[in-house]
Amino acid sequence: MTATLFSNLAIFVLSLLVGFEVLSKIPSTLHTPMMSGANAIHGVVVAGAIATAATVDTPLGYVLTFVAAAFASANVLGGYVVTDRMLTMFRKPRPTTSVPAGKDVES
Amino acid sequence: MSTLLLVVGLVFLLSAILFVVGLHQMRTPSSARRGNLLSAAGMAVAIAGTTVYAVVASGGHAWGWIALALGIVLGGGFGAVRARTVKMTDIPQLVSLFNAVGGGAAAAIAFTGFLNETTSGRVRLDSSIPIVLDVIIGAVSLAGSLVAMGKLQGVIPGRPLQFPGSRLVNTVVAVVFVAAGVLTIVLPHSPVLLLVVLIAALLFGILMVLPIGGADAPVVVSLLNALTGLAVAMAGFVIDNQAMIIAGALVGSAGTILTLQMAAAMNRSVRAIILGGFGTGDAAAPTAGPGAGAENVRQVTVDDVGIQLAYAQHVMIVPGYGLASAQAQHEVAELAKLLTDHGIDVKYAIHPVAGRMPGHMNVLLAEVNVPYSQLLQLDEANAAFETCDVALVIGANDVTNPAARRPGNPVSGMPILNVDHAKSIVVIKRSMSPGYAGIANELFTDPKTGMLFADAKAALTGIITAVKEYVAA
Repeated sequence: MTATLFSNLAIFVLSLLVGFEVLSKIPSTLHTPMMSGANAIHGVVVAGAIATAATVDTPLGYVLTFVAAAFASANVLGGYVVTDRMLTMFRKPRPTTSVPAGKDVES
Repeated sequence: MSTLLLVVGLVFLLSAILFVVGLHQMRTPSSARRGNLLSAAGMAVAIAGTTVYAVVASGGHAWGWIALALGIVLGGGFGAVRARTVKMTDIPQLVSLFNAVGGGAAAAIAFTGFLNETTSGRVRLDSSIPIVLDVIIGAVSLAGSLVAMGKLQGVIPGRPLQFPGSRLVNTVVAVVFVAAGVLTIVLPHSPVLLLVVLIAALLFGILMVLPIGGADAPVVVSLLNALTGLAVAMAGFVIDNQAMIIAGALVGSAGTILTLQMAAAMNRSVRAIILGGFGTGDAAAPTAGPGAGAENVRQVTVDDVGIQLAYAQHVMIVPGYGLASAQAQHEVAELAKLLTDHGIDVKYAIHPVAGRMPGHMNVLLAEVNVPYSQLLQLDEANAAFETCDVALVIGANDVTNPAARRPGNPVSGMPILNVDHAKSIVVIKRSMSPGYAGIANELFTDPKTGMLFADAKAALTGIITAVKEYVAA
């Protein structure tokens, strides 16, 4: 086992554990945006597409790079945009949008 | 360690911090948006670091960069446009689609890595193992997510699709990709063998999701989301990119937690979901009308409901998938506003799985500016039903079935909203057809319940008109 592999493996395992900890309890309200947000994060695969682009030198390699780049950028860009769109809606509407005040403060 | 490696390493560390803090902030509604933006900043940093390193360290051929740029413009453009224009009711399908392409991209990267290494010499174990794992997980995620998307969209029937001997076929396919995968790891010479792995894994992904019922599809999407995270982490091993390993592993474990919590909210075990067979899909009656079983219920008209609401003090709205599919969020918000403007207390009881997937209903109501404080979660809502004059159930079914409190039926033990504790109940529904659980809802035959058989949008418009007459008088 090489040193690189070992350090990468350590990073991988520790990140898995952090992932478990950081999200231990999510209110069900946020399950949908959360799933979409996590979905956007694995769009980091676009970094892989970039790194791959620097290494290919065959027609098949170019095609695979194109596929990886197209897929990955749809994932990353679309993922963040749609998550943000969803979360923007959770903002409290301003009084001008005619939400009657007074009645909605409870508990 | 060269200066470049050091700088890139620090940049990846920064992106990892941003991802973790961002994910953490997404746990509470008030900071969720900032969390997502932090995570996006982490992404930008990771991409910048990778780009600089790729250009300086390897250079590459012009065609490679052209292919990359073309892919980013087309794919990114498509993703951004879809994300901006998608209807909020179709969010689960879109997440599933992004998940599919993420898995596909990871598989393509592993494949390219394998081709590069076989032409330049012997493939070492520490890259052949992640390559094979990446191709398998990525392909399962790609094919599985596309099938799940089809089920959510209604292109593929939502009911569980099984054929005789399907389990045997699954096993054979699994044996094929495991065998071909092991062979590829031991004797990494042939791209053809890796292609066999890819095809078998794609087939497995399809066969895995087909028997899963439409009701469970969102949980499966979340599970596949976690899988894609792992595939991306494997791709990070292949090309030695720490940002990908960290982000992929984070999504892998965070996605697993989310899957377990979603399954728990629906009272389903992940194991039972994978084994499949639950739910009949969206086979709702095509036409409005009571249908079978309607003889034991009390039917009401929009005018009856209008009077009831106009003279109530506490009203609880229970929205379900029927509301979302009828696109009636605007009408429900208008009705609630009309009632609140006349001093009636209106709250929404949100079941964790109301809508298409957990948390979906909150998004739909937030879209029409329903104040967050009017949305009651399960426990708060159940306390409020005790003093509630009218519970207005709109297109919700299984989550209101009192039968869940008794053992021995498909919904037993599922957390439900205690709608039957309200003083009176109105259910707006297109027909008596059962929900995903496939059993009759005892709430509908409760003497306190009035059934209004209609499309949610039409019914709400009628009720609004009726209420206006009574409150104006």
